[in-house]
Amino acid sequence: MSGDVNGIALAVFVFFFLLVTWMGFRAAKWRQAENSKSLDEWGLGGRSFGTWITWFLLGGDLYTAYTFVAVPAAVYAAGASGFFAVPYTILVYPLIFTFLPRLWSVSHRHGYVTTSDFVRGRFGSRGLSLAVAVTGILATMPYIALQLVGIQAVLDVMGVGGSESTHWFVKDLPILLAFAVLAAYTYSSGLRAPALIAFVKDGLIYLVIAVAIIYIPMRLGGFGEIFSKAGEALSRTDPATGGPRGELASGPGAQWAYATLAIGSALALFMYPHSITATLSGKNRNVIRRNTTILPLYSLMLGFLALLGFMAIAAGIEVENGQLAIPQLFDAMFPDWFTGVAFAAIGIGALVPAAIMSIAAANLFTRNIYRDFLRPHATPEQETKVSKLASLLVKVGALVFVLGMDKTVAINFQLLGGIWILQTFPALVGGLFTRWFHRWALIAGWAVGMVYGTLAAYGVASPTQAHFGGSNAEIPLIGEIGYIGTTAFALNVLVTVVATVVLRAVKAPDGVDETRPDDYTADAGEPPNAPVAPAVSHREERAPTA
Amino acid sequence: MPVPPEEPGGGQPVVTPSRVVAGLCLLAPFVGILWVGLYARVEPTLAGVPFFYWYQMAWVLLSAALTAVAYRLVRREEAARAARRTAVAAQERAGGAGA
Repeated sequence: MSGDVNGIALAVFVFFFLLVTWMGFRAAKWRQAENSKSLDEWGLGGRSFGTWITWFLLGGDLYTAYTFVAVPAAVYAAGASGFFAVPYTILVYPLIFTFLPRLWSVSHRHGYVTTSDFVRGRFGSRGLSLAVAVTGILATMPYIALQLVGIQAVLDVMGVGGSESTHWFVKDLPILLAFAVLAAYTYSSGLRAPALIAFVKDGLIYLVIAVAIIYIPMRLGGFGEIFSKAGEALSRTDPATGGPRGELASGPGAQWAYATLAIGSALALFMYPHSITATLSGKNRNVIRRNTTILPLYSLMLGFLALLGFMAIAAGIEVENGQLAIPQLFDAMFPDWFTGVAFAAIGIGALVPAAIMSIAAANLFTRNIYRDFLRPHATPEQETKVSKLASLLVKVGALVFVLGMDKTVAINFQLLGGIWILQTFPALVGGLFTRWFHRWALIAGWAVGMVYGTLAAYGVASPTQAHFGGSNAEIPLIGEIGYIGTTAFALNVLVTVVATVVLRAVKAPDGVDETRPDDYTADAGEPPNAPVAPAVSHREERAPTA
Repeated sequence: MPVPPEEPGGGQPVVTPSRVVAGLCLLAPFVGILWVGLYARVEPTLAGVPFFYWYQMAWVLLSAALTAVAYRLVRREEAARAARRTAVAAQERAGGAGA
């Protein structure tokens, strides 16, 4: 590994990296609009993407390099429980089918760029909007940082990561370079850069998985052989816990955790700002709906990818750090040039989501902190400028995160981020369907969910960590082990409902709702079909006007 | 699952047969996946892959198909609603009884 550079693999990797760099800068001119000064242009690609571009963009965005490294790593480490990513991505599409078209429509009508924009407009509450924005930024930062972990893993296996004794600057130089380039083209091209690069990324990923899933089992004697070897290895006693390392199918004690992790993660995925950014860049209401029927192709790929974890066990890959399992497997199985292709897929797989996430976080900062609290009368040009700068800052922050602190800090924060972002669900999705929830009740529910989730995650110990050792804990009252995020979410909803009943009873003042029922079903090209009336009650049914 | 939204205009019904079927299509994966006890076993294997894995992989395809069905139903319903709204509006313009 270290000190032993794989020259051919590295050359192929560098080739693809240069290719996407060139594409990233060229992207600024791709499908350019006339008014390129507004935040819609830089931050949402002009809201112009059709079904296929959105498919690549969302696929490139949701199935990140970290996913590619972490999911098989989890399967490698513990078997069945690591496979939860597959049911989670199965559930997410029927779920978003129900609410994302409404979010697209209302955002289209009112020019919303972020979820916080919508929450402020719907509930007339800057506090609630700020809570959603801050949660989004906090949850996204460590996620960007973890994309670097994906790049680092492949660089390590190629032998350019350097060993622990290497000077820090030499060791981190490749990452610094990659990030500087990423930052530069994101700054100049905005969302168009990752949209264009996503084509290369996803093409490479599909190619690598298709080859891996046929070629590696052939070399290892077929799936029957792989699973029998993996089953044997998983049933052996793990000295750290005193129990078996894992299992091939979830045992009775692990099923609650499996189901709650799947549902909780599915609920959370489209609360992340980067998912919403890709959603709102669609050019009409049905782009996202059509995508829910074709995005599962990525889930299928993710399932095969997860199975690579078993192949790594069967191939006898032994690593201390589970995240190196898959890069090591590729290195051991593939000829050098194809190892380079596979590593390029993971490396570019990190750049696309990192770009979109930084844009999404920057949009949140610009719209919901800078404009709402610092400069209420910012022009579109100023907004775009601030957003571009914020996207740089966010990336620098993520870089400091990974290089300056231990990697486990980023992983812990990402775990927390998932729990946190889920707490914005009631305000966003609840708000898309009803205005019954009171704005103050939503803030209270959010706060309770955040505090409970953080404390519960802090209290989880593992053989290697005293705190944040995992994402599961005992569910109060039920007594089974389940995902903390889902428990916190249930608590959040409970508090929101009870507090709303109380606040409605004491007639606490409601915020002004700037949206109307027909905003939620509007499509592109439809004229606004009634003059805008100020502060219309949401319950009021209006006769259609010609 | 969230309730179907209240639709503005024209007093058209909120719950319709095609909406119910679409809702069931979207609900089915949740039942098939969240009931982990149903599929948490190794046998029967398919081409050497334990049931636990190929069952879930099959659901990826099944849920995509069901979502596609829901999409068709919702689209057809939307088109019909839009047509009825236009008809109502035309009637009103022609001097028919409004409210």
